[in-house]
Amino acid sequence: MTDAGVSLTRERVSGHREAPARRRRLFPYLIIMPGLAYYALFTIYPIVSQFRISFYDWNIVPGVVSPFVGLSQYAQVLGDAVVLVALRNTALYTVVTVPAQIVLGLGVASLLNGRLPGRAIWRTLIFIPVITSWVVVSYVFADLFNSQAGLVNSVLAGLFGPNFTVDWLQNTWTGMLVIWILAVWKGIGWSMILFLAALESITPGVVDAARVDGAHGLRLWRHIILPEIQPTMTFVLVMLIIGAVQAFIPVYLMTQGGPDNSTQLLLTYTYQQAFSFFDFGYAAALASVLAVALFWVSIGQYRILRARNAA
Amino acid sequence: MSGADAILRPTRAYRPARTARTVARLLPVVLFALVSLFPLAYMVSLSFQPLGNILTVSAEIVPRHPTLANYTGAWQSNDFAQYFANSALVGVGTVIGTLVLSSLTAYGFARYEFRGREPLFYALLASLAVPSVVLILPQYLLMKDLHLVDSLLGLILLYISTNLPFSIFLLRGFFEGIPTELEDAMRVDGVSELGILWRLILPLAAPALGAVAIFTFNGAWDEFPLAFTMINTPGNRTLPIAIALFQQAHTTAWGPLFAASVIATVPTVIVFVVAQRWFQEGISVGAIQ
Repeated sequence: MTDAGVSLTRERVSGHREAPARRRRLFPYLIIMPGLAYYALFTIYPIVSQFRISFYDWNIVPGVVSPFVGLSQYAQVLGDAVVLVALRNTALYTVVTVPAQIVLGLGVASLLNGRLPGRAIWRTLIFIPVITSWVVVSYVFADLFNSQAGLVNSVLAGLFGPNFTVDWLQNTWTGMLVIWILAVWKGIGWSMILFLAALESITPGVVDAARVDGAHGLRLWRHIILPEIQPTMTFVLVMLIIGAVQAFIPVYLMTQGGPDNSTQLLLTYTYQQAFSFFDFGYAAALASVLAVALFWVSIGQYRILRARNAA
Repeated sequence: MSGADAILRPTRAYRPARTARTVARLLPVVLFALVSLFPLAYMVSLSFQPLGNILTVSAEIVPRHPTLANYTGAWQSNDFAQYFANSALVGVGTVIGTLVLSSLTAYGFARYEFRGREPLFYALLASLAVPSVVLILPQYLLMKDLHLVDSLLGLILLYISTNLPFSIFLLRGFFEGIPTELEDAMRVDGVSELGILWRLILPLAAPALGAVAIFTFNGAWDEFPLAFTMINTPGNRTLPIAIALFQQAHTTAWGPLFAASVIATVPTVIVFVVAQRWFQEGISVGAIQ
């Protein structure tokens, strides 16, 4: 990524080493080969065989014939109303949780930047949710928002009376709200730690000089701080979007996509097609559409990233 | 902040104003820390409460009659110690495999010119966006062909693969930030390319290797859908499956579930607290620089 590294490399490889030219040319391939071959076997090959499965009414029982059905399962994807709901929910999950994590993560990072009593302790505590298990925290939040004995409803009932409790996970929008709250709670520490590193690496004096020139508050942020941390911002944004689209465990464990499929995400719906309803061919078609779409979206993202970094 | 910053600061605010500003920054930070901790503290609290408390509205934040029954219950149910050992084995195996493969590949991408380097690298990165959940079915079938379905080794092999793209990305970024002068000197002294990687690059890249280790360990320790689908033999279960089964088998035994959750959370927190001093540098330098 840095051009300096590349040119140094070139100079060195053509330099004093006495190794035969052919060995020199082959060495880079030899050293990247184990990792790439491994990845090809355990990830790329399954992606390809997924495509193959998507053209069959796949039967997992050995010896039973799986009839070839062509593109019909892709047509089924296009006509599936739940796919649209799942697409909406995944999009909403992304649009709600990604900006929230960025704003709150950057906010805490800016508060933690500089001298503050107990700084290392606060930073560690705020990061702890990131390293907790999704399975564990999904159950904790399911219990906090439990309709009968949950702490949230206990507090609501105590404050406003027993009629003010909510069946959080049994309704579409309150269920999604709980899932979003969990996602933001668990993610703030991750963006915080990256933003903190970026803020700390701003050359000392740049911000002070701007202050002397009269830049304060929002203007200071817009014209000085945000441009300085822009590479981190782009990276955090890309990683959070990738993570949001991959959300699975909270919905699978907390609402199971219900009520009536209304909180399904793309991944929970795809997973259930395969492993709850054993419709493997259809699940493979869904998965293939997703894989292709996300691969190209992320190629596009990296193009933008690279263009920005080059500029 | 650094000394240079203090010198460049044009005027020093009065002490009382500075104290007020520190408090104004400290308060929201403490609030954030409390919100971050609260659900976990609640989990710990529930894990020490008798079942009656958990199922009724009378659950106490600080249990009046703390009990270890949930812990003994969780530990004795099925083979919890075995699941714990399984998760540890899978976590450590995944970390070792990922570190070996990704540092070799990242070194190749960082230090050598070769045809197709950038397209290959970006294709690898883009594949990071393909969710691992959608690959469970074909990976299951592959593991069946390799006779590794329902085994911990099968899980380790797949987890390593899942972790490769991001680890290679992070390590390549970090390696490229290491100056090449020392390498050139070692090369003149006749040290082999792999020797340079092993004796120079890897020790200097400790922060990035630490970050990769934390990520991959947590990922493997935490992974649920693939393990849940691939593992049938009770003796091969990992912790997330064991925890989820408290909900299904016993119509949610919340007490043991949270006791098990606490047991499962402790190692990841320890790993992080021990390794965190490398963590921030490793991820920020490797990913952004």
